[in-house]
Amino acid sequence: MPKEKMTGAQAVVRAMELEGVEWLFGMPGGTILPIYDALFTSKKLKHVLIRHEQVGGHAAEGYAHATGKVGVCMATSGPGSTNLVTAIADAYMDSVPLVAITANVAKPLIGTDAFQEADITGITMPVTKHNWLVTDVQDIPRVMKEAFYLARTGRPGPVHIDIPKDVLNEPLEFEYPEEVHIAGYMPRVKEEPRLADAATLGRSSTRPVIYLGGGVRASNAFAEVFEFCELLGAPVVTTLHGKGAFPETNPSCLGMFGMHGSRFANYTIQNSDLIVALGARFDDRVTGKLSTFAPEAKIVHLDVDPAEISKLVTATVPLVGDLKALLPRFAAEVKKAFDERGRPDLSPWWKRVSDWREKHPLRIKQEGEKYILPQTAVQRIWEKCQGKAVVTTGVGEHQMWAAQFWKVSAPRQFITSGGLGTMGFCLPSAIGIQLGRPGELVVGIDGDGSFQMTLQDLATAVDHKLPIKIFILNNLFLGMVRQWQELFYDNRFSETPLTDLPDLVKLAEAYKCLGLRARELGELDGVIDRALAHKDGPCIVDIRVKRQEKVYPMVPAGAPLNDMIGGE
Amino acid sequence: MVEKTEQMPNGNVHTLSLLVENKPAVLQRIAGLFARRGYNIESLAVGPTEHPERSRMTVVVRLTQKPVELVVRQLEKLIPVIEVRELAASDKIERELVLIKIKTPEKNHSELRAIADTYEAQIVDVSTDALMIEATGTAAKLDALEERLGVFGITELCRSGAIALERGFKTLAPPHLK
Repeated sequence: MPKEKMTGAQAVVRAMELEGVEWLFGMPGGTILPIYDALFTSKKLKHVLIRHEQVGGHAAEGYAHATGKVGVCMATSGPGSTNLVTAIADAYMDSVPLVAITANVAKPLIGTDAFQEADITGITMPVTKHNWLVTDVQDIPRVMKEAFYLARTGRPGPVHIDIPKDVLNEPLEFEYPEEVHIAGYMPRVKEEPRLADAATLGRSSTRPVIYLGGGVRASNAFAEVFEFCELLGAPVVTTLHGKGAFPETNPSCLGMFGMHGSRFANYTIQNSDLIVALGARFDDRVTGKLSTFAPEAKIVHLDVDPAEISKLVTATVPLVGDLKALLPRFAAEVKKAFDERGRPDLSPWWKRVSDWREKHPLRIKQEGEKYILPQTAVQRIWEKCQGKAVVTTGVGEHQMWAAQFWKVSAPRQFITSGGLGTMGFCLPSAIGIQLGRPGELVVGIDGDGSFQMTLQDLATAVDHKLPIKIFILNNLFLGMVRQWQELFYDNRFSETPLTDLPDLVKLAEAYKCLGLRARELGELDGVIDRALAHKDGPCIVDIRVKRQEKVYPMVPAGAPLNDMIGGE
Repeated sequence: MVEKTEQMPNGNVHTLSLLVENKPAVLQRIAGLFARRGYNIESLAVGPTEHPERSRMTVVVRLTQKPVELVVRQLEKLIPVIEVRELAASDKIERELVLIKIKTPEKNHSELRAIADTYEAQIVDVSTDALMIEATGTAAKLDALEERLGVFGITELCRSGAIALERGFKTLAPPHLK
């Protein structure tokens, strides 16, 4: 490719075009003006003007999660850039490939406390896979190339590029590198994976369980995971981000385990003698009290990130590598072991698991109940969509009800904020998902508290005529915190009741979208039908649910995983 | 000379040798990782290497709970970190530099010279009522020297933190960078 004269800002835009960026989410401002000026004439990039930078970040996350591509967001210096931090931290916790681009004040002003100056690379350093403050315009093509490469490879994650305004205006001879050379980013597999040892554990286990995490999505290893699960024939449990890694409609799948997992999933993992953890990190929300986690289980832990191995739970056999590449090799070893020595008889184990499942299912006690139960609402929406929607959520009780009752049968159909637990994620994420997957049904399950954190971007969804449906399970509470207050703080509801504001139907109308409300059970189905039939822009549905309903079962923080309360 | 023991009652002390890219904010990345993961840095020394684009850091870390392998793997995740290795006590040469200022009347100077000689230390500054001693060696040797000089009253002291290299022909740079 011949070199071409352009400015730093034009180089940023050109690099994004060459990386195949389709949508980017951002808002202009004083220092990032040069990039927006260059964007004005780009024929390939489509920019989504959000109303708050955090929304741009989450929308890029939703896009990335839904498509498997890198999400891109932009912000100006100072407050624009600090508004992005929550989304960047969210992407870091959930390993979402994200490139965040910010401008900063001109080089001579850096360090002088200039107007809208922030040490944003200093701020994002602990929540990015890597970040750059670009002080030489010649570095822009290389840094852009490295940024996209780092974001999507290995354990994916967010990267952040900060460019002072004067650097954006300087000229360079643009040449985009073909390859990336980063000395410290070579694969560091120091020993061959002990596949035979892992297979021996698989062969000798009589109470195995497969534990799937977000790494399956990150590695795009859905087919490989399915084959492995079929081969081992063990019960499959997932994390919140593992939902969709294996079809939850398959009888082998016990769904989510952990703090709000089902009793049967938790009993299964606690009583297992082998846990095969694939792309998972033994987060405190799934293990409960660590010292009592699956006391008799040996652990085969396969993950791309060596730093996750034995971080919290010691791996009997660690397998470091990319799931997509390594899992078929592991499967081949297991198959060999089965062929040579026969399969273990898992029927007694399955009998126990089935008994637990029969005795302790996830229940919805709607019968005789005057109010709409939130679980009923999730269930009915799911049924009306025939489970075919891409669902996204905010954070709180509604998120856990969605996780419990929204059965996911395909990959990339359940998109949520897991690690960081960021309220306000739902609407922005829905925007990104719908843009990334036009023509598909995108459903948000949100809470009244969560929705109010980012609702201003209804305007963005309307601008782009996105037919997203946001169902708000409205209990006029910061419900999850209220639940903890009821259970662990003696019903002292300190600052958790919310006033009945805003009127969500009128709010929707103010934003020129459809607003609906269901107060009684008899209204629920009709409202869902109307929402799903609405194709012309967003729809907000205010579902008034029983205010005191709690998410059950529940493992209290710091308790053993099998020591659950409620949900009998 | 007794090596500083690796097993300490309040945690285990490890010497980590890092080869890093000589770029802005690398020190901040590494120090930040130690801080946010809760690892205590005993000392950290950083300087240029035989290669202009790389720096070497020697970090002495005290760990109370986490195994050192976890720290190494976390450090290896940092993009500008090229290589990390724990240097075993038996397999490393470790040195530290100390400058010690003692405020003392001239009549004590000859005794101090004798002590300095014993520790292969040098007197690097002398005035009528003070002198400065420079010494290099292992941390344990410098500890001993410090203790010995304590009776004279140390008025100021500055230690560099340890630097270390592996014995023998081994180097830290991975094969593709040699």
